[in-house]
Amino acid sequence: MRFFQNANYPFLQWRTRAYMITAALLLLGIGSMVYHAVRGEGWLNYGVDFTGGTVVQVHFTHPVSAQQIRAATSAAGHADWEITQFGSGNDYEVRTPRFGQEAGADAQSRVAQALQTRFKPVVQGQRAGDYSIVRTEAVGPKAGAELEQRALIAILLSFAAILVYLGIRFEWRFALAAVIATVHDIVVTLGFLSLTRTEISLGTVAAVLTVVGYSMHDTIIVFDRVREDLGRPKHGRTFVDILNKAINETLPRTTLTVATVMATLLALLAFGGPVIFGFALVLVLGIGIGTFSSIFVASPVLYEIERHFPRKEKREQAVRSHSAKRPNNGNRPPNNRSPRTAEVPR
Amino acid sequence: MFQNLKVRLGLIVALTIASLALLAYRYNKTGQPITLGLDLQGGSHYAMEIDESRTVLTPAARRDAIDRALKVVRLRVDELGVSEPVVQKAGEDRIIVELAGKNTDQSRAKEVLQKSAFLEFKIVRPLSELQGILPRMETAIAAAFPAEAKPAAGAAPATGGLLQNKAGQNGQAVDSLTAAKPLESKFAGQGSGGQLLVDTAQVKAVEKYLALPQVQALLPRGAQFLWGMPSSEEQKGFASLWYVSRDAIMTGEHLQNAQAQTDQFNRPIVAFELSRRAGRRFEKETGDHLHEQMAIVLDQRVYTAPVINGAINTRGQIELGKSTMADASDLALVLRAGALPAPLHIVEERSVGPSLGEDSIRNGQIAALVGIGAVILIMIGIYHFSGLLAVVALAIYVIVSMGMLALLGATLTFPGIAGLILSVGMAVDANVLIFERIREELDHGRSVRAAVNEGFHHAMRAIVDSNVTTLITCAILFYTGTGPIRGFAVTLAVGVVASFFTAVFTTRTFMQLYLERRRAQSLSI
Repeated sequence: MRFFQNANYPFLQWRTRAYMITAALLLLGIGSMVYHAVRGEGWLNYGVDFTGGTVVQVHFTHPVSAQQIRAATSAAGHADWEITQFGSGNDYEVRTPRFGQEAGADAQSRVAQALQTRFKPVVQGQRAGDYSIVRTEAVGPKAGAELEQRALIAILLSFAAILVYLGIRFEWRFALAAVIATVHDIVVTLGFLSLTRTEISLGTVAAVLTVVGYSMHDTIIVFDRVREDLGRPKHGRTFVDILNKAINETLPRTTLTVATVMATLLALLAFGGPVIFGFALVLVLGIGIGTFSSIFVASPVLYEIERHFPRKEKREQAVRSHSAKRPNNGNRPPNNRSPRTAEVPR
Repeated sequence: MFQNLKVRLGLIVALTIASLALLAYRYNKTGQPITLGLDLQGGSHYAMEIDESRTVLTPAARRDAIDRALKVVRLRVDELGVSEPVVQKAGEDRIIVELAGKNTDQSRAKEVLQKSAFLEFKIVRPLSELQGILPRMETAIAAAFPAEAKPAAGAAPATGGLLQNKAGQNGQAVDSLTAAKPLESKFAGQGSGGQLLVDTAQVKAVEKYLALPQVQALLPRGAQFLWGMPSSEEQKGFASLWYVSRDAIMTGEHLQNAQAQTDQFNRPIVAFELSRRAGRRFEKETGDHLHEQMAIVLDQRVYTAPVINGAINTRGQIELGKSTMADASDLALVLRAGALPAPLHIVEERSVGPSLGEDSIRNGQIAALVGIGAVILIMIGIYHFSGLLAVVALAIYVIVSMGMLALLGATLTFPGIAGLILSVGMAVDANVLIFERIREELDHGRSVRAAVNEGFHHAMRAIVDSNVTTLITCAILFYTGTGPIRGFAVTLAVGVVASFFTAVFTTRTFMQLYLERRRAQSLSI
């Protein structure tokens, strides 16, 4: 089965529309971040991994309402604890804002004590009992701040390294366009997370990093085609034609790979359970965004760079093609940097 | 050498079998082919720091304090009896403790982790003190555990060694009750330092006996039993039990410094220093117990028990005899650990109940099966026979990457799964790229072989570039990131390397084998 065989969509001609979509997405995301930051809610909805505090996940043996749980914790003098449903109807998260020494004493047993005003714990080996504690996360404020800082440093450093590597293997303009496209993906993904107030946990960080990896990968595949096509005889083809051709040629691959990756992710989404759901959702969205950006952001950006900073060889080449009719010793334009060929194990 | 298809096939088969063997070996040893992280398995994770809210430490002092604290925490965690606990330093100033398992008592674990270390010097008492009491202790134990005393009776003469003989020499009447010697039969002999040796299998039983109130009451006033720390000097398979004074002649709070040095004969020693006031008291105590042994006890565990050769004032030294310099610095660390400059406190705590971990794993397995099933259907549906080859390569990829993770001793965590998904995506993608390229070349009217060669050749560069970029990112994430991000980086890197091998090398070998054997003129792609 084949699809998009000999596809010939004028992707670059659609770039104005693509810019508008991109701008709208960026505006929406950044707007949401600013809006929430101004309102003092934080530009992202950081979970306890970042802000510090404790989350205790409680599983009830029978359906319970949030009000009932709140009544229990309030009775124990903790009216400020946040109670949220988690996954199916019998699971709840109890969130306490502080970690400090007071909470460091033992988050889990404090929650257990509070719940015991109304409920009975499930004791091993006994049938009766209302709840059991399945997960505790308590993070000090310092550990959280450090995590954010480290994630940021890691991403910035890897951008620098990728710029250098792609600069050597391709050209600086490809490297820059790839990094810009990836920054776009991060901002749009974070914007989405801000807009939906999705809680940012360690898992979310891993998901965003995965999206970065995928998007970079995707962009490089398209750019590799561009690089290859640039090495071929031009016959009056413009840069736009080359970009369009590269995108169209890689279109079957793009679709298929997205299909297979999405297949695994949708399976995670459907069967992974509540812990994985949020994580898988970020991945599904991020990979969609990453695919979009490698076609509609990376290539147009490459085009814009090319337009504003045309390579020197182009002018020389133009002069040469006017002045000389001889086919210039083979097919390749002389000064165009010829792509290196990789070693192929045979 | 890689031109030869048989060599290539052999390499693939060998790697696959090696990976499978490694996974099977790990499965037999630990019950899991790959170590699962606490978030998947259930267990508790703690990060601890030195509490500097009241004292300010210089960087050097902080480093020293962390090393000491690490020592102390290791001791404590052993005490909890959790199998395969992880205690490690993270960064400059943090200690990570991970306790896997279903029955970790959280509040107890935290209590144990946070209490401050306690160092004591205690005088070792002569075992001969016990001779008179032992028969009565046996009687008490036999009364408390009649079931256990009986079978031990028959075995006693054969295994019970040292105290029994001594008792016989002293001419004490062997009354009928000594035949049942549940306690003494557990002793395997006397160690070189005067401690009792107990077979490690019997430690639990001895502990139970000694904890009996009736037995405790029989002990001479101010005496107690303490277990020794397992060390290199110890005999393998035996735990040591020390009989020491209950009261310490000195505690760690008076210790000011301890360092490993060498004496004039270049033998390792540990030199320590006490505060001036403590020195006077120590001088008197050590003077009173000349030529006796002084047990060095940290958190109720005897480290070593050197003989007191002379009265010690503020400066003393411990000779370690035949031990190495490493032992000396270890002991110096223990001594310093007894006087932590500031308490430890927990800055991060995560615990996942086993039921949640099991749920996650089961859900993850279903999702993985459905996902992989979908990928197989897509690949075979679109590329037919070549797709089948890719699927076989994918299966090998899964085996090899798991094998590599097992080899690295990596722990599979939740973020690690993300890394795996991405690398599976990339493994499939490499084949998609190659196959699409082959189709294009076939469209251009090339022969099957030329198309296959060209397809691999052209796709290679893109695959290399994107894989190297990913590896660069992984390296940076690994060096800057903390625990879970590192896990992500490791699994992704392993996946990328394995996928390069399987998607490029393996698929190509299969294809060429097919083309050569069948003298095929066409390829189903």
